[in-house]
Amino acid sequence: MTLLTTVFAAIICTIVWYNSSKARELKIGVLCLMYWGASLMWLIDAVFEYAELHEEFFTPAPLDMLNDLYLGLSVAALGLIIWLVIVLYKDPKGVVKSVLFHKKN
Amino acid sequence: MACFLVPAAEAVITTVVYYGMKSKGKNPKQMNVQYDRTQFNCDKKSEETEKVSFAKKLKWLNNMLWGGSALLAFEHVWHGEVVPWFPFLTNAANSADAAEMLHEMSTAGVSMAVVISAVWLGMVAVSSVIEKRTPKAQPSEG
Repeated sequence: MTLLTTVFAAIICTIVWYNSSKARELKIGVLCLMYWGASLMWLIDAVFEYAELHEEFFTPAPLDMLNDLYLGLSVAALGLIIWLVIVLYKDPKGVVKSVLFHKKN
Repeated sequence: MACFLVPAAEAVITTVVYYGMKSKGKNPKQMNVQYDRTQFNCDKKSEETEKVSFAKKLKWLNNMLWGGSALLAFEHVWHGEVVPWFPFLTNAANSADAAEMLHEMSTAGVSMAVVISAVWLGMVAVSSVIEKRTPKAQPSEG
C-alpha cells in the first residue's frame, strides 16, 4: 500500500510537471524525482518481501493495509514538506526576498 | 531494517562528485541547439534551447537517492527501526540482529542503489538520444 501510494504520488507529480510550466518553475521536478526514488526503493523492498512470503504478499490483513495507507499518505506529506522547504529556500520567483525587502523598508 | 543507508551512502558520493564538478566549472558545459517546433506540433516555428549539462543530469540521481533515502528513513522511524538515541538502529543493539541487518543492507540495500542508478543511466541515455536527434543551431553572424 505504501508502494502504491508513492507510485500514484509520483505519477500525479510527473503529469503536473509535464503539463504546467508554472509548476516546473516551482521545481516540481525535484518532488517527482524524490517520489520516483522512493517508489523504486519500495519496489525492491516489495520484491524481497514477495520472495519471502510468496502468495501471502498479495493478501495482507485489512489492518496492515490501513496502517500502510496511513504510512503512505504520511510519506507523501513529508515529501511535499521537503519540496516546500526547497522552494522557499531557493525562492525561484523571488517572493520570499520581496517580502523580506518590503518588511525592511 | 537499514537498507536505506546504502542508497544514502551512494547519495553522499554523488553529491561530492556533483559539487566537485560545480567547483571545477564543468557545470556550464552547455550547447545551444535549435529545433523545429512544428515537428512537435507547437506554435512557434523554431526555438533555441540549451543542452543539459552532465552536472544537471547528476543532480537527477542526487534527488532520487536523497529523496528516496529520506522517505524510507521516515518509514523506518515509523516502524521503530530507527531511534533518536545510540546506536540509532534498534537492530544494531545485539550481534545476531546486526548480522541480519547487514545481510539486508547487502541484498535489498545494494539492489535499491543499483536499480536507481540503472534507471538514472536510462534517463541519461534517453536524454542523450533526444539531444542528438535535435539539430544543432547555425552559427549566427556577428
